[in-house]
Amino acid sequence: MPRPALTAAALAVLVLPLAAGCVANEPAASAADGTDGASDGVLTVDSSATDCAVSATEAPSGTLTFSVTNSGDDITEFYLLGEDGLRVISEVENIGPGLTRDLVVQARPGSYFTACKPGMVGDGIRAEFTVTDSGAEVGPTGDTAEQLATAEASYVAYVKDQVASLVTGTQAFADAYVAGDDEAARQLYAPTRVHWERVEPVAESFGDLDPLLDLREADLEEGQAWSGWHYVEKDLWAPAPEDNGGVAYTPLTPEQRQAAAADLVRYTQQLADQVNAEDFTFEAFQIANGAKELLDEVAGGKVTGEEEIWSHTDLWDFEANVDGAWVAVEVLRDVAEAEDAELVATLDERFAALRTLLAEQGSVDTGFPTYDALAQDDIKALAAAVDAVSEPLSQLTATITGAA
Amino acid sequence: MTTDDTTPSPDGAAPAEQAARGLSRRGLLGLAGGGAAALGLAATAGFAGGRAQAATSAPAAPARPGTYAFTGEHQAGIVTPAQDRMHLAAFDLTTTSREDLVELLRTWTAMAARLTQGLAAGPFGPASGPYDAPPDDTGEVLDLPPAGLTITFAFGRSLFVGTPAPDGTPGVDRFGLADRLPAALVELPRFAQDALEPQRCDGDLVVQACADDPQVAVHAIRNLSRAAFGTATLRWSQLGYGRTSSTSTTQTTPRNLFGFKDGTANLKAEDPEALAEHVWVQAADAEAGRAETGADSAWLTGGTYLVARRIRMTIETWDRTSLREQEALIGRTKGEGAPLSGGTEFSEPDLEATGRGGLPLVATDSHVRLAHPSTNGGVRMLRRGYNFTDGNDALGRLDAGLFFLAFVRDPRTHYIPMQSTLSRQDALMEYLRHTGSGLYAVPPGVPDGAEPGEAFVGQALFT
Repeated sequence: MPRPALTAAALAVLVLPLAAGCVANEPAASAADGTDGASDGVLTVDSSATDCAVSATEAPSGTLTFSVTNSGDDITEFYLLGEDGLRVISEVENIGPGLTRDLVVQARPGSYFTACKPGMVGDGIRAEFTVTDSGAEVGPTGDTAEQLATAEASYVAYVKDQVASLVTGTQAFADAYVAGDDEAARQLYAPTRVHWERVEPVAESFGDLDPLLDLREADLEEGQAWSGWHYVEKDLWAPAPEDNGGVAYTPLTPEQRQAAAADLVRYTQQLADQVNAEDFTFEAFQIANGAKELLDEVAGGKVTGEEEIWSHTDLWDFEANVDGAWVAVEVLRDVAEAEDAELVATLDERFAALRTLLAEQGSVDTGFPTYDALAQDDIKALAAAVDAVSEPLSQLTATITGAA
Repeated sequence: MTTDDTTPSPDGAAPAEQAARGLSRRGLLGLAGGGAAALGLAATAGFAGGRAQAATSAPAAPARPGTYAFTGEHQAGIVTPAQDRMHLAAFDLTTTSREDLVELLRTWTAMAARLTQGLAAGPFGPASGPYDAPPDDTGEVLDLPPAGLTITFAFGRSLFVGTPAPDGTPGVDRFGLADRLPAALVELPRFAQDALEPQRCDGDLVVQACADDPQVAVHAIRNLSRAAFGTATLRWSQLGYGRTSSTSTTQTTPRNLFGFKDGTANLKAEDPEALAEHVWVQAADAEAGRAETGADSAWLTGGTYLVARRIRMTIETWDRTSLREQEALIGRTKGEGAPLSGGTEFSEPDLEATGRGGLPLVATDSHVRLAHPSTNGGVRMLRRGYNFTDGNDALGRLDAGLFFLAFVRDPRTHYIPMQSTLSRQDALMEYLRHTGSGLYAVPPGVPDGAEPGEAFVGQALFT
């Protein structure tokens, strides 16, 4: 008997007397029968140069885990293919020699092929594989590929729309700032940045644009040139000496202002050019990861009040990050729901709670209090609501990739 | 890690433990499933009826080296021989849904049952599962032995009746539990010289994780906290090291940061009659409580109460105190721990004995005299505290002291009177500041062989 299967069987025995059913994503475990390596939904795959040894040729429908070990010398891949031998149900790539990687898949009853592809070439070493009907409910079959394409298209459209608003807003902000109309610039600062914060993971995917536009002073290393929003923020909300390392803040000269504004406009236009390029895509897994990153941004910078250390307009960014994450969930909803309806229901409930809490503070349209005006209890409640969303949100990518 | 013979890895099992160390925790499990040697160990380390039952009623009963059974009549982590390290965490519920609360307790129970047996927090473990999902276990104990981990759950008064506002407005009963509030789960009174910091006090739920490896204890709290996101949020937590009490006669008496043996007269696991009298809540207590308040607290029978006090010691000034004064303040010798009235560590202090000038050998304001059962109507506690050192304060003094934990049958008789006396009269108070405080009801254990998916800690409270 293969050891991992034994392990899982023993695990089920230990836990069942007490806790079976408590953990929703327990792999379909039928501990009673320890003789068939696949009865508990856990299979091993040994991928060598010449062989693709799967520990069983059939398994009950539900959650299947293929634990793929590469015993060959080449990098290998493992595929679960549909009955036609063409459609990829799920795959795991880039398994280096000696490594083991799990492929976890929701399998419906039917005929399949398993395939190892040592060296990542050819059709792979294939074998027939059967999934029997265990009676376990597995999500409905939709045309996932089409749903994902739709999701990606609508997310890209959202990104383009937000970036277009950002370009317009940035120009107006830069104009006011260069003209010395500080009051107007301060008014435009947070509402304009909202468009940036909603799609920040996209900007981050372009690497250098994010630091050029959004670096905080605290993130600078010795001697590094500073540009972007926060450079201007500090000038508009000039700090007292005690908040500036003990030295008086020197306002930027008109020439420096002009240069800073020009940088802001130029880099923002570069972002717009990139997202409007014909070949720009943002794949479903990136959307899902982006949603999680947006909440990480909130948990890391906004809820601590570190993002907008001079203007204290963190709540605008907070709301924008949450908006952006919510849009990501919305566009992925159909795919995610088919795969894990409970996860989506949890996300709906917790996003609603978080948005309600934020709405108590204000809105992008009506404005928010500055972050330094919030009571500690309010901040803690917001932080708890962010954590509440982030935990299930961290499961979204796997849910999406599991459905693909 | 201690090497005394009181830890759950006695010498007899060392080879199995060492052999197992070469494997991952998942691999180890496969071995333990059929490990006869491990069963033998459980018998060696066994101490309570519940454990023996577990071994007979369920063949898969936890029997791994270095583990304690999670199920049983009482929760583990109370009379379990005190481990070396502790991480205690208090949580506030962010939900007002009774269903969510029950779900959290179910999830925690399932997770604790796994963790205490050296398993990963979730079924996949830290290094497998869907590649695009975060692992269901955080992974820092992957190659560590179970380290005798116990996880003990308890409920604060606020779970039942909410938290009163500063102006005295009563709190809100969010979960429909007010009529189940045990009469003894009172608000602790303000004791003389209390310097409590609200961020170190109270909480709806409390989880005590004890292990012989700090990383194992912290791992447990970390993973339980993670499971609580969206339902409960961490209110405060405390790390402790160097157990300051022995809860078994097989353990030597440890020392607190004053350098004195602590807990010599502690209740011990081997004295079931005293435990029944002083620690475990009895059925009669629920009846008395019902007569007193009308609330039905039968759910707590077989449980106990946990008193937690974070007691900072001003060790810098203590260290400038003469040995004469130190011993006089404690009432015991520093080396042996014998009462100043004579004898050895386990000699009963003779509070009547006088020396030159007719002065009592054990001073009237000494700690031993004031805390002694004979001064407190014969009541005793099961103490299970730890030392702590949380960095230092702004004045360059260590923020160190004793995290006092005691399990008692009724805090109104077994803790409050004694602490009132100590806070007022104990000369040692000059070197102590109580900075944190909590009182919690500890429900009984999850029964051995409970129905799958049904049982959870505190279940009787919700039925």
